Amino acid sequence: MRQIAIYGKGGIGKSTTTQNTVAALAEAGYRCMIVGCDPKADATRLILHRKSQATVMDLAREKGAVEELELDEVLLDGFKGVKCVESGGPEPGVGCAGRGVITAINFLEENGAYTPDLDFVFYDVLGDVVCGGFAMPIREGKAKEIYIVTSGEMMAIYAANNISRGILKYAQSGGVRLGGIICNSRKVEKEYELVSEFAERLGTQLLHFIPRDNIVQKAELNRMTVVEYSPDHPQADEYRALAKKMAENRNLYIPTPLTMDELEELLEKYGFLD
Amino acid sequence: MKIQDHVELYKREDYLELFEKKKKDFEETCPEEEINRIIEYTKTEEYKEKNFSRKALTINPAKACQPLGAVLCALGFKDTLPFVHGSQGCVAYFRSHLSRHFKEPVPAVSTSMTEDAAVFGGLSNLIEGLENAYKLYSPRMFAISTTCMAEVIGDDLNAFIKKAKADGVISPNILSPHANTPSFVGSHINGYDSMLRAILSHVSQGLKPAQGEHINIIPGFDTYTGNYREIKRILNMMNIPYILLADISDTLDSPNFGEYEMYPGGTPLSDVVRASGAIATISLQKYSTSKTGEFIRDIWHQPFVDVPYPLGIKNTDILLNVICDLTDKPIPEELLNERGRAVDAMIDSYAYIHGKRFALVGDPDLLLGLISFLLELGGVPVHIVCTNGDESFEEEAYRILEREPLFGKQAKVYIRKDLWHLRSLLFTEPVDFLLGNSYCKALWKDTGVPLIRVGFPIFDRHHMHRMPIIGYQGAINLLTLMVNTILDELDRETKDSPSFDVIR
Repeated sequence: MRQIAIYGKGGIGKSTTTQNTVAALAEAGYRCMIVGCDPKADATRLILHRKSQATVMDLAREKGAVEELELDEVLLDGFKGVKCVESGGPEPGVGCAGRGVITAINFLEENGAYTPDLDFVFYDVLGDVVCGGFAMPIREGKAKEIYIVTSGEMMAIYAANNISRGILKYAQSGGVRLGGIICNSRKVEKEYELVSEFAERLGTQLLHFIPRDNIVQKAELNRMTVVEYSPDHPQADEYRALAKKMAENRNLYIPTPLTMDELEELLEKYGFLD
Repeated sequence: MKIQDHVELYKREDYLELFEKKKKDFEETCPEEEINRIIEYTKTEEYKEKNFSRKALTINPAKACQPLGAVLCALGFKDTLPFVHGSQGCVAYFRSHLSRHFKEPVPAVSTSMTEDAAVFGGLSNLIEGLENAYKLYSPRMFAISTTCMAEVIGDDLNAFIKKAKADGVISPNILSPHANTPSFVGSHINGYDSMLRAILSHVSQGLKPAQGEHINIIPGFDTYTGNYREIKRILNMMNIPYILLADISDTLDSPNFGEYEMYPGGTPLSDVVRASGAIATISLQKYSTSKTGEFIRDIWHQPFVDVPYPLGIKNTDILLNVICDLTDKPIPEELLNERGRAVDAMIDSYAYIHGKRFALVGDPDLLLGLISFLLELGGVPVHIVCTNGDESFEEEAYRILEREPLFGKQAKVYIRKDLWHLRSLLFTEPVDFLLGNSYCKALWKDTGVPLIRVGFPIFDRHHMHRMPIIGYQGAINLLTLMVNTILDELDRETKDSPSFDVIR
């Protein structure tokens, strides 16, 4: 079982990319599970074809304690048998969402969600690694392989670099490695060049460059991945290519995050700070 | 049925065997020589250096946490239930800690936050908690403080309480002051301060009492119920109208008539309102009333005077002079006689205390009082350890020590240090006696330095909190405790020598 965590700036397309990639993996016969680690609970919508599912924390609140939960209440099957679970969490501005992620993952472990027949477990983690709770998926030997989704936009690159610093910390204390960068194109100028060089400077690889296509949004409106909604579309093949690369990837890196000065110099080179 | 005493029980053959077996089979202890070698090493100068350069670890700090101070403060008000928003275990600790010291039941409730409350916030816990606690204990005031858990997730107490009242969970007439008391900063003295400020501010809000002739006294975080009674006795003797704020003497030292009373004492809430119209407020412990003092000056527009903790002759003199100045009342003959008797007692014992070396540990104000008193007795303070002391305390302590260079010049003040630091000091620079709380018993066990129990908590000796240590009477009490400990030691030491004598 390979456990993979997907990080990246908020709104960059982590959930879309993860679900499309998982759909492609499932199509290829791999058994996958997605663990959504975001209080918004929108990491499994395209696989389950519905708005949001009963999250671990929602049900825990309803029942009074997480011990009262049954695994099958929160672990649902979606497209091609992909297993989906959402940690859930508090309303914005109250409580502690990070603790919710910790509680949910502990619950999954204790209740045997990680069955040996699974080939892949994906953690789709909210925005930045804002606190210890959101680092839970990469702590204590859970996901050892991380991919960062970014675009060629400045803030996305900043966030990716920042996430790498978090990974570096856990790489030193445990076995966490960066598997590579996934570029979800926003069609900014010299995007491929910038992200390639950024990946290189980070000491990792640009695993895949996903071109921008409206079919992704269209499929999303229909609560489906492109792989399911429009399997013959070239965009579906992009996700299949990404899935294949990920399945075959054996290159894992300890990232070398850039300093602020290096990062600005890099962005300048590609015409950002004009 | 014969009930076995544990002292005898653990000497029995079967128990000795059991302990031996446990040690051999499960404890995986180092060989005896190795243990002894390390014990000896911890007594060296080299180890002390290492010990004092330690940064990431605290061992036996001489302080408790913020909400414990807030709970003690709340217990000083009539019909008030200490209500702690946070996890249950914390409140169990406050209750047992206070119970073990006062040997009294300590009512306090928690909102019992668990894992889901940590994730979703504690709003529903607080609301349900208020509802249940009111139904069961119907207080007139909930004095609400927090544990670390509520603080880390940033629960908005003010909004929660407003909601509870707006939703009709508790009546808007129930008083509900709240203080944020995170324990990862400060100590019990800060929690006490925040709670007191919250209570004074909340209860007196919007009410304008007539200017009175009375003064207010704030004892600060003081766990001697005897001190409260003593200050009241003195003020009554002087015929001065006063309000003692946060008066725990009747809640934590209540008479036993065979029936439990939930709210047996405390400062009446109407007095809190009247307090805002006093001539002035005198605080006996400035380090546990700094925020409260600011409030009294800025909001009540009232003089706030912090006097040194009235321990010993000089400090008691200062307090009485301040009271006289504020009220234009003379010091009664009777008090002068008490002072004279205390001075006489100190002279009687002077020969035994003079030149004796002391280590001291406790809260800042208590320590400053003890230093002053020791100097009056010719004692030599050597190590002064204050875990919850800051730079201004340190400076003040040295100022007092400089008053009597002959006795004070050897002393070193250690702020933010713990009992394990003190342990090193007791080995490298030995002293004759140690003044501190019950936890210092471990230091006595390791070093053999006799412990004179002063401060909080005192778990292992009874009724000490009932006897005042402040005022002239308190000076005699503390002197008695000190000199008799010294004499006990002298007898032990001279048992088989010509110095052994029936007269001391």
